[in-house]
Formats: sequence, structure tokens, C-alpha cells
Amino acid sequence: MDVKKTLFEPVVTNNPIALQILGICSALAVTTSLQVSLVMCVALTAVAAFSNLFVSMIRNFIPNSIRIIVQMTIIASLVIVVDQILKAYAYETSKQLSVFVGLIITNCIVMGRAEAFAMKNKPWPSFVDGIGNGLGYSVILIAVAVVRELFGAGTLMGYEILQTVNNGGWYVPNGMMLIAPSSFIVIGLLIWAIRIYDPQQVEEPEFKIAPNSKMKEAH
Amino acid sequence: MSNNQDTIGRTLGVTIALCFVCAVIVATAAVSLRPLQQANVVDDMNRNILQAAGIFDESRSIREQFEESVEAKVIDLRTGKYVDMDPATYNQRAASKDAEMSEVLADDPAGIKRQEYFSLVYLVSKDGSLDKVILPVRGYGLWSTLYGFIALESDLNTVAGLGFYEHGETPGLGGEVDNPRWKALWPGKQVRNGDELALTVLKGKAEPGPKQQYQVDGLSGATLTTAGIDRFVRFWLGERGFATYLENLKNGEA
Repeated sequence: MDVKKTLFEPVVTNNPIALQILGICSALAVTTSLQVSLVMCVALTAVAAFSNLFVSMIRNFIPNSIRIIVQMTIIASLVIVVDQILKAYAYETSKQLSVFVGLIITNCIVMGRAEAFAMKNKPWPSFVDGIGNGLGYSVILIAVAVVRELFGAGTLMGYEILQTVNNGGWYVPNGMMLIAPSSFIVIGLLIWAIRIYDPQQVEEPEFKIAPNSKMKEAH
Repeated sequence: MSNNQDTIGRTLGVTIALCFVCAVIVATAAVSLRPLQQANVVDDMNRNILQAAGIFDESRSIREQFEESVEAKVIDLRTGKYVDMDPATYNQRAASKDAEMSEVLADDPAGIKRQEYFSLVYLVSKDGSLDKVILPVRGYGLWSTLYGFIALESDLNTVAGLGFYEHGETPGLGGEVDNPRWKALWPGKQVRNGDELALTVLKGKAEPGPKQQYQVDGLSGATLTTAGIDRFVRFWLGERGFATYLENLKNGEA
């Protein structure tokens, strides 16, 4: 197996958010602050990697009829463990993340990789694939969070970059950046940029617009 | 994945084994991390109490500072006197939901639905005499209940600080109640003008004049959140809140 390919392919050429459009909901919810996003990225990468590892380890024992629920159980257990660890060692951030750590359970990236990759591959490649997809998710999340925190609050990681009017500076914060719809816009722009860089990702149009009917024929 | 794995016995076996392993892992994590988590919750609360009083020193441990300078007591909100309850075990938030420990409010400006009979108060002493009193306040803002503390100076009429340790207001708008610049507007404001409860949060900026010492500027973009804070701060400092207790404390009868 090609470790490098498995690891870095999901970052740009097969990004779970930008190409597969998975895991969008948490990308909307937690990206108002960079610090919170970073913790979310680490949490999701850990869960994706270990759920892939464990699912792959027992893939030959999982009865086909209950394979989804088995994957869910493994993912849910890992998420609870991650949530408990955050509450014990990163209390402030876990307060800000609140319910979204728990919602990693329903993140399509984790489940999607367990079903699509870990069920068919050996444990080590599955683990690497989990990390790779976690990285792909992280890249987008961090990019969105940088834009949203910088323009929405004038800070990065809580440090002031653009001094806002409220703090006696010149920058009028863009309130739209702090609400969820702005991530749609930022993610949309990112997808556009990635597809200009890699035109292969552009989908075939689903239908073609017929040419305009000629004036003569219309009359 | 061959079909011989899909027998009922095998399916049950895998299910039971998996559930057992996962349950052990989750239970181990939850039980072994619980002491740390509970310490975090207590630390967080105590830090907010110290911050509201404006005596928080970041370089020292929260527990040490708290034990050194803050004394927690329980009061009866109806009589305004101390009661013999252990402040370490009294859970005020649980009490406010307990039918035997609280009453339904008919007139409810703070938006809290039920008010508990007993409340915690925190006394900060300096050189043997009372320096600050810290009172828990809570109420509805725009989306969420804000939980926080208001601290009063030893004259029991001057605000020493205000801070929230839990709320779900919009970051950047209502969430600006956590902005240190806004919180810095509170210290020095007067609660009462004679017998009248005069402290209020305005919509917009306070005009210079005799009333300014009772008025706090509202937050622009957070009109409803600050209107909520205005209502519940006045509720808790008023007759049904801590007014009786503060009166007793001033007369040495608490």
C-alpha cells in the first residue's frame, strides 16, 4: 500500500468536505473560533482513525446483517471516550464545543470511511486512511475558521489581529461571518478554488440547456 | 464476508462481545476521569466568582485563592438570613427545579420560571472586615438562560463587578456580555438611590448627568440580551431577590 497516497489523497484530490460533501454540519457549527475548530479537528481525526482501525481489525467477524450498527457502536464508544477526555483535560474548550463532540457520532466522514474503506482493508491502511480523512476535514475546517474568526471577530486564536470598533479600533466586524450561513459561502468559495486547481473534480452537468429557439420558428 | 457469518448464533455472539468490550471501555473512561471533571466544574465556577469580584490572580491556583479569601454561605431568600446548610453540598441549580425547594413565579421578569427558597452567597473578607459580597444571578437573555455573579463592595450599594459563567447567546452579538470592556462598565455603578432600585442597563449609551452612576450602557447588536440582563439583575437585587438579605447584612442582623 502507498501510505503517502492514502494519507494525503483526502487532503486535496479527494477531500471529504470539498469533493464528497460529507461532514458539512459540524463545519458550519464549530468554525466561529479557530481554537475550538482545532480541538474539533483533533477529536474527529482521532475518532476516524481509531474507528477505522477497530472496524478493520474485526471486519472478518462482523456479520453482514448488523455491520452498520456494529460500526456505530464502535464510533459511539470512541466519541464518548473523547468527550470524557476533553471534559477532564480541556474543560473550557469542551464547554464551547458542547454538543458537537457528541455529534461526531453522526459525522458522515467517520461512518463513510468505516463502511467504504475499513471493511475492505487491513488495519494499518485503514488507520492511515482515517488520519488522512481527518486531515482533509481539518484543512477545510481550519480555513473556514480562520476566515470566520478573522473577519467576524477580528481575532485569531483569541488574539486581536484587526482591532475592532468595540475595542477602540477601526475594524467593523462582519456579523454575518459569525452565523452559520457564512460557512456555506466560505466552503463554496473553497470548493471553487480547489476545482480550478484540479479541474478533474468538476462534475459533468446533469442536463444541457437547449439552444435558444430561433425567432422564425417561434412565430 | 462469507454467508456462514450471518447465522443467528454468530450475530448474537458478535453483538454481545462487542457491547461488552465497548461498555467496559466507556465505563472505565467515565469513572476514571470523573474526579478531574468535577474538579474542573468547581474550579470554573470558583474562577468566575473571583473574576466577578475582580480579585482573580491568574498566576495562582484557583482553589488556593478561593479558600484563602472567599467564604460561602447559604441564605433564606424569604427572610434574608443565614441558614444552617452546608454550602459545599447545596446545589442551587438543582434546588431551583425541585418542587419542594422552590416556588413557581407568577410575575417573572427574570424569565426563570421557578425561584429557589435558598441561595448561596459568597463573602470576601480583607483584614478581618467584609470587603465584597458576591451574589449569584441568572435569567433569560435572548436565546438562553445566563448564569453569573454580581459582586458588591462593602457598602452593599456599589457594584464591584459582573460576570457570566454560562450562557448560549450569539457569539459576537449577545456573547459580547463576556467582553471585558463591557464588563468594565459595571464596577462603580450604584444599585440604590435612597430606597429606589435605580441600577439599570440602557438601550444605547448613558448620558452624562446625575443618573449616570446608576446606568450601564447597553451593547449594540445585543439589545434583547442586555434588556434581559437589566430585568434579571434588577429582579435579583430587588425585594424578591437579595434586597432583604443586603439590608440585614448592613444592619448586622443577617
